[in-house]
Order: sequence, then C-alpha cells, then structure tokens
Amino acid sequence: MNNQYVTPAIYKKFSVGFMIAGLLTLILGVIFLNPGAGSNGDNLNSTRFWAVLLQNGLFWLFLVNTATFFMVICILAMSGWQVAFRRVTEAISSVVPLMSILTLLILFCIVFGHRGDIYPWVNKDLVSHDEVIKGKSGFLNPGFYSIASLLFIGIWSLISKKLRDFSKESDSIGTMDYEKGKKWVNRNFFWAAVYIVSFGLSVGSTLPWLWIMSIDAHWFSTMFSWYTFGSTFVSGMALITIFVIYFKNQGQLQFVTQEHLQDLGKYIFAFSILWTYLWFDQFMLIWYGNIPEETIYFKSRLQGTYEGLFYLNLVLNFLCPFLIFMKRAPKRNYTVVTFMCILIIFGHWIDFYLMIMPGTVKNNPHLSWFEFGIPLGFIGFIMWGVSRFASKMPMTPVNHPFLKESIVHHT
Amino acid sequence: MRKKFVVGCFDDEKVLFPAVKNVRRAGYKIHDVYTPFPVHGLDHAMGLRETSLHTVGFIFGLTGTSIAIGGMGWIFTTDWPLNIGGKPHFPLPAFIPITFELTVLLSAISMVYTFCWLCKMMPGVKKHHFHPRATDDLFVMVIECTAKTNETEVQSFLQNNGAIEINVQEAEDGWWFGRYDKEQKLYRTEEVGY
Repeated sequence: MNNQYVTPAIYKKFSVGFMIAGLLTLILGVIFLNPGAGSNGDNLNSTRFWAVLLQNGLFWLFLVNTATFFMVICILAMSGWQVAFRRVTEAISSVVPLMSILTLLILFCIVFGHRGDIYPWVNKDLVSHDEVIKGKSGFLNPGFYSIASLLFIGIWSLISKKLRDFSKESDSIGTMDYEKGKKWVNRNFFWAAVYIVSFGLSVGSTLPWLWIMSIDAHWFSTMFSWYTFGSTFVSGMALITIFVIYFKNQGQLQFVTQEHLQDLGKYIFAFSILWTYLWFDQFMLIWYGNIPEETIYFKSRLQGTYEGLFYLNLVLNFLCPFLIFMKRAPKRNYTVVTFMCILIIFGHWIDFYLMIMPGTVKNNPHLSWFEFGIPLGFIGFIMWGVSRFASKMPMTPVNHPFLKESIVHHT
Repeated sequence: MRKKFVVGCFDDEKVLFPAVKNVRRAGYKIHDVYTPFPVHGLDHAMGLRETSLHTVGFIFGLTGTSIAIGGMGWIFTTDWPLNIGGKPHFPLPAFIPITFELTVLLSAISMVYTFCWLCKMMPGVKKHHFHPRATDDLFVMVIECTAKTNETEVQSFLQNNGAIEINVQEAEDGWWFGRYDKEQKLYRTEEVGY
C-alpha cells in the first residue's frame, strides 16, 4: 500500500494564495464596485458585483456537487471501475457543505437585500403591476426560494456526508465477506437512491429555474434545468479527472491506469455531446418557433456584445471536446486530458457567464479583474477542501467490495 | 488458396493466454483464435493491430454531413428557393437535425458493412469451420503452416502448451460464394462423437 498523502507545501501555497487573491478581489470589489447601492439597476457596478458573485457561487457549487452525483450514480449502477479513484470523488464532495454556506450567503444577500436588478421578482412594486411575474409569484418568492435552497443544499450535504462516512467505516471493518459486503453495498444503495430523487427534484428541475432562470423572470424554458445539469455534469467530471491526474502524479492511486483515464475521457466526451444536444434543442426550438416572448432571451445573447462569447461557448464546449476526444489516443494521454479538462471547465464557466450576465448587467459586460479574481478564490477553496480530506484518509478504499473489478478494469 | 493448418483446442482461458504467448514467441504464425465469447485482452495477446473501423466510421460520417448540408443547401438556395416562415434560405439550425441523422445513418451502415468485410463474412458466403465446438465451449487456436513449418513439431509444441485436442487440416483460407467444397472433408465426417 502507498503512503498516506501529505499535502505538498507548494500546493498549500497555491490554494491559500488563490483564496487570498479571491478575498482581495472581493474586498476591492466592496470598495470600488459599491455593492450596497442601486438595487433597481441604475448602478451598473453594483449589479456587476452581485452578478459575478452569483455566477461563481452557483457554478462552483454545482461543480463540487457533481462529484457526489457521480459517486451516487456509480453506487446505483453497481459500477466497479471507478472504485480505484473513488476517494477523489469523495474528497471533492466533502467541499459541498462548506461551499454551500458561501453560496447560500450570496443568494440570501441578493434576495433579502432586495436586489431587483438581479432577480426582478424580489422587487415588490414591480411584481404588483407586472401580470406575468405576478402569475409566477407562487413559485418566485423569497420564502419559497430560500426554503427550497436550504432544503436541497441540506440534503446534498447530509447524504454526501453519509456516503463518505460509509466509505470511512469500510476502512476499519476489514476485508468484507459476501454477507457483510452485501449489507454495506445495500446501505450505500439506499442513501444513493434518496439522493438521486432529491437531485432530480433540485438540479434536474427546480433549482436552476429558481437560481438562474428567474433572472429573466418573464422568460421560461422547460429544458433549462437539464441544460444546466449537462453543463455542470461535464465540467464536474473534468474537475474529478484533474484531481485524479493530480493524485496520480503525487504517487497515490496506484490502481488507476490509462484505462480509467480513458473512461473518464469518454464521460467528458459523451456529456459534452449531451450538453450540446440540450443547448441546441433549447436554441433551435425557440429559433424555429420565433415567438417574441421566447426569442427575447437569445436576442440579447446573439445580437450585440455577447455574440462573440456565444459562439466561443459552442466552440469550447462542443467542437473542442468532440474533435479532440474522438480518438482513443488523446483520451489516454495525461497531458491532453489535463489540458482539455481545464478548457472545459473554463468553457462552462463562460456558459454560466452567458446565462447570468445578459439578464443582469445587460449590454455592459465586463471580463476583467473582478470576473477573473473571484473564481480564483473558489478554485483555491476547492483545492484546500480536497487536500484537507485527502490528507486524512488513504486514497484507495482497500476494503471496497468492488475494488478488484476496478483493478482489472480494461476498456 | 488452400493452405495447411494446425488446429489446437483449449478448454481454459488460463491455459490459452500463455499458449498464445509461447506460440508467438516460438515464431509460429497464428491464423486466428476462435472463441465462444469475446475474450478480453486476447487481441493484445495475439498482437493484432488496432481496428480501422472507427476511421471508416469517421470518414463516412463526414460524407453524411457533407451530403446533408450540401444537398439541402443546394436545394434551398439554388435549385428551388422557397420562403418558409420568413427564415433565411440557408437556415443552418433547421438543417442540423437532418445533418445529424444522415451522419449517424451513413457512419452506422458503413461500419456494419465494413465490419462484415473485415471479418470476411457476408450473407451467402462460406467459410471453413475449424472446429464445431468453437461456438460452444472450446477455444480453438489455428496455426498456419508455411513452407518451412514442421507440422509434427507444431503439434507436439501445442501438446506441451496444454492443448486438449490437436489435428492438421487442409482448408480454403478466405471466403467464397456457393457450396462447401466437395473435396473438403467437413470436420464432422472425420471425428466421431460430435
């Protein structure tokens, strides 16, 4: 067995450095962007401040939560190939509870600070004379918003904690015989099933509607949640892959081979296409139907300042993974896979940017110090959380009943 | 072309893999290994090259894409321009689903036929069967004899590597249309019991 993972000093420096950079950006933002002013949208800087925080808070929370989702679907499908790097997904999912506190703080500041420029429906005057938003007010109101957010984030945190505890328990149980292993797998299975239901009700439907789609409160798309899910799932898989490669480089995960890397690459390839499928479906139906209340969403994205990003989004998230990951060799090459993962995370960050910015800062988008400084803080936070978990646990779950299947895995 | 083959049968994967390795190391030419089910890693052990099937799929897929976009583009811009719902004459988003379908259709069909061609099987063609139990429970390794091969030596070599049944057959190498060769003795007539 390998030695216990010890976080290298350079890694610590980077993670703390990123967090400090993010914090500094936030402080500078508080000083220069005047976040307290103008909740009706006439102060552009203040809107920009909250929109960027919202974009990053949601994007990185969805990203780490995807690690739990991946763990859960693997449990439910009784999949064995991923056991060799299962602790990596656990490590990423251990960031969920802490990250969700940050995100909830941002969300509650926006909703209870009555930021009408971000969410039009928190503005009571507007709701009282806007028939469309009034009709949606049973769903779009601060009470429902905060209860749903708290509830689902709570379920994610608790169940991912539960699954991590089972995994930790398996270390002390010792080698499991058939009966013991069956019991252990079944307990995992039960909580995974509960999680998947909550995931379907949250990321699969309500939460992206509440958190992101309600920025354009008049507009609606029933596919929106699936499209958001596709986006977060593929970038979450990219995050898992990056950490798998990192820990492999550190001499951990001795059972992970190119076979596992190739399967992770396949996941990214397949879900890039799923994302494109959902993105394109949403776009084409609206484009073809050509109904003004629907096309308004794409008018602001396709015509004007966002046009370049709109096409860049498609190139980064569809063309690049599709063409580069199509062959077998790039999926088995650690360098290419690392590069592609970073590219994909950046691409879907741009995708989230495009979901949120046109509805909030309208035709005055910025991509400068504040937009790139805040995500640094979140990246540092994820790096810190992952290494904190990883340095406490052996990186290979030696007693997992499916471990052998993962060792002999062959694509 | 008729060739001579030494056929060795194995009843265990664990014996088959080292045997394949030893046969290759000794320099004999493996014609093929027939197994009742796909055996993971056997292609690597036999030293087969990567299949070219995916390249075919990609090229035919690209053909499908260009046929769809080119065809619809030509029809709706040059041949018979129609105003449909005020859309432009070359509405790319509306073409995407059909382009996708044609890409998938062409690459799928071409890959099926190419697969048949590469495996030398087509509806109606005949191929020599080396052993009837290759589809049931035996792993059948077929070694091709060249001018320099000493058959008895190969046979004893296979015997030492754990083959449970060994014989020499003279058979047509490729595939052909029509009936089984009259001259060719089917295995069934040779061996009693199967």
